[in-house]
Amino acid sequence: MAEQRIDVKKTYKMYIGGDFPRSESGRTYKAFDSDGNLLANACQGSRKDFRDAVKIARGAFGGWSSRSAYNRGQILYRIAEMMEDRRDQFMRELGPIGFKAAEAEADINAAIDRLIYYAGWTDKYQQVFGSINPVASSHFNFSMLEPTGVVAAFAPEKSPLLGLVSVIAPIIAGGNTCVILASEEFPLPSISFAEVLNSSDVPEGVVNILTGSREELAEHFSTHMDVNAMCYTDDLPKGMKKMIDENASLNVKRIIKRPVKDWYSEEAQTPYFVTDFQETKTTWHPVGY
Amino acid sequence: MSNTETKEATYKPTSPNSKLDFESVWEYAPAPQDSDFAEVKDRYELFIGGKFVKPSKGRYFKSTNPATEEEITEFAEATQKDIDKAVKAARKAYEGEWSRISAKERGKYIYRIARMLQERAREFAVLESMDGGKPIRESRDVDIPLVAAYFFYYAGWADKLEYAFPGKKPEPYGVCGQIIPWNFPLLMLAWKIAPALATGNTVVLKPAETTSLTALKFAELVKDCGLPDGVINIVTGAGQTGAEIVNHQDIDKIAFTGSTNVGKIIQKSLAGTDKKYTLELGGKGALVIFEDAPIDQAVEGIINAIYFNQGHVCCAGSRLLVQEGVADKVIQKLKDRLGTLIVGDPLDKNTDVGAINSKEQFETVNKYLELGVEEGADIYQAKCSIPENGYFIRPTLFTNVSQSNRVVQEEIFGPILTVQTFRTADEGIDKANNTPYGLANGVWTDKGSKIFKVGSKMRSGVVWANTYNKFDPTSPFGGYKESGVGREGGMHGLAAYIRN
Repeated sequence: MAEQRIDVKKTYKMYIGGDFPRSESGRTYKAFDSDGNLLANACQGSRKDFRDAVKIARGAFGGWSSRSAYNRGQILYRIAEMMEDRRDQFMRELGPIGFKAAEAEADINAAIDRLIYYAGWTDKYQQVFGSINPVASSHFNFSMLEPTGVVAAFAPEKSPLLGLVSVIAPIIAGGNTCVILASEEFPLPSISFAEVLNSSDVPEGVVNILTGSREELAEHFSTHMDVNAMCYTDDLPKGMKKMIDENASLNVKRIIKRPVKDWYSEEAQTPYFVTDFQETKTTWHPVGY
Repeated sequence: MSNTETKEATYKPTSPNSKLDFESVWEYAPAPQDSDFAEVKDRYELFIGGKFVKPSKGRYFKSTNPATEEEITEFAEATQKDIDKAVKAARKAYEGEWSRISAKERGKYIYRIARMLQERAREFAVLESMDGGKPIRESRDVDIPLVAAYFFYYAGWADKLEYAFPGKKPEPYGVCGQIIPWNFPLLMLAWKIAPALATGNTVVLKPAETTSLTALKFAELVKDCGLPDGVINIVTGAGQTGAEIVNHQDIDKIAFTGSTNVGKIIQKSLAGTDKKYTLELGGKGALVIFEDAPIDQAVEGIINAIYFNQGHVCCAGSRLLVQEGVADKVIQKLKDRLGTLIVGDPLDKNTDVGAINSKEQFETVNKYLELGVEEGADIYQAKCSIPENGYFIRPTLFTNVSQSNRVVQEEIFGPILTVQTFRTADEGIDKANNTPYGLANGVWTDKGSKIFKVGSKMRSGVVWANTYNKFDPTSPFGGYKESGVGREGGMHGLAAYIRN
């Protein structure tokens, strides 16, 4: 009789600067399936991990924001292509955490289509939301949108794949770079998504994904002086919400609260989620011989 | 004095007065683009309802390579019955599957086309150069990448149309008849099909009779992409086939790119019907060079404006208007630059100027060369060698012309540039605007405010400043006056395919 094969389990690490490091703190926490069995040990990201990630995201911002809109669109499309190719991996990951097969399938489909949706916006939001301003003096005056910079975000807690993708896509579509804290309870799909990012054409450092505790990291996310905007979509505990708002005032961080209850609904995808992370720049230029 | 001459004799790259002597020192080795991998069938049928079908009258016409005058293949001639069949197929698809699928899924089909075009880009580039005579460097680096980019851009619009039309529910027309020219065969196809599909229309498209190859190859690609039958129909033929499309009762919208003469005939044919139309017609673009312009940059711009694609460009900058103070300098530098252009085999990667698209056009351009001289212009042509066979014309300058000369007023569609001078900005603008056309103009100056002032006074749909012949799917394109109605490209290009 053939010997029973022992399968090889994946180590789930974080995603920072195109690498998959463990937490510098050496800490992990347990991720369980819906029956309470251990799935894997997830990294418990620390303040230092976050600070490293922000530094890397800042370094990647110049390059990413100066890519052409067309190029960013193609890269988002490429992420969708790679994700389509790894459906089985996500099916395997969503099943044990409570998704029925049809639900998991729908979740993956919607996530892929969402990437395509925002891929399409990269070279269009400027046309829809920018403007030529008919000022009264002899000046050519126009307003264009430019990415805010480095965005720190809490991915939705209860939608570990679709929700995660729905938050990342509009941020990077607009030329920002980001540091994302994955769903605390269901961290594993975020790392598989990081593998998708890593095998598509997204430059390293544009998306960085940490796993760990919101309770612990909320303060660091909101106080960091080189983070330009912070975003969350869940209903946060009152105290945490106030703390984030207050901390934001340290460097006038933009706080983007976009409550989404149903990630399949129409409200879950909108160009306004792109413009949330944009600054308006107006240029005056004289007209005359 | 002799001192200067000695210096001139030896080339010094840093000296502003020295120039490279390409003719005696430089010789380019051939750099042929491999073309064996691009398959061409002996004959192409019509693409109707997702199938390749024989023409009802069984007639075919030959297509030749203008660089060698050799036959490449033959195409089916579509007559009234075939057009009717194509329109029915398009109508069926419009009322059937194409209207039923969601905008999001419609977009995904268009993305597929874009991606597959990118994958097969080199093959399309080679065929485009073989069939139409344009240098491989252009079809490889400009035409085909833009084709994919237009499909990619409009694919994204499919499920976002409500953002492009505030306060209105965007709805397609239905079946669109589209007729395109021979100067950018596949690119013009993309300009027509991509926005039409994104907005939910179905199409019957006729490529030009001298350049149908890539359109039929595209039809094969459409099949590979699995698009529903009848959404895209490609019919080949000449003017009569085009007329059958224009006059078909069940077509909702006509989109035409071509000459102003034919555009006028189409507009007249559509009189009294409810058919919508957009026309992208001829041009006679002016290049206005001011004394404060960066001269070397301007000279490069002029070369690109008129000799790009053998001057077969509706928005070509075919009239140079140069301010008097720098006229001699610009003309001299232009002549020097002309000496460096390589005219010849379109499939050679070093070639700058390829073959004139067809025998007919070759004769037209030659007629204008004679006419210009008859009208009293001074002619200057590059001294380059040209191949014995094929339709080649040396890059040409006409100086000593006046505003009323026919070579200044009429669109030649060949590598011929007329040169005039002006003193004041207003004079330059008046001359620039003084033709029936209004497609595109260029302005060269280092002074930003002048760009906007001059630009605002130019009566043309496109103004290029310190650059020329730039295209992008996000950027609208189209003419004022007799250069056409409507815009293609960009968000504005969607409007051509949406009910008003």
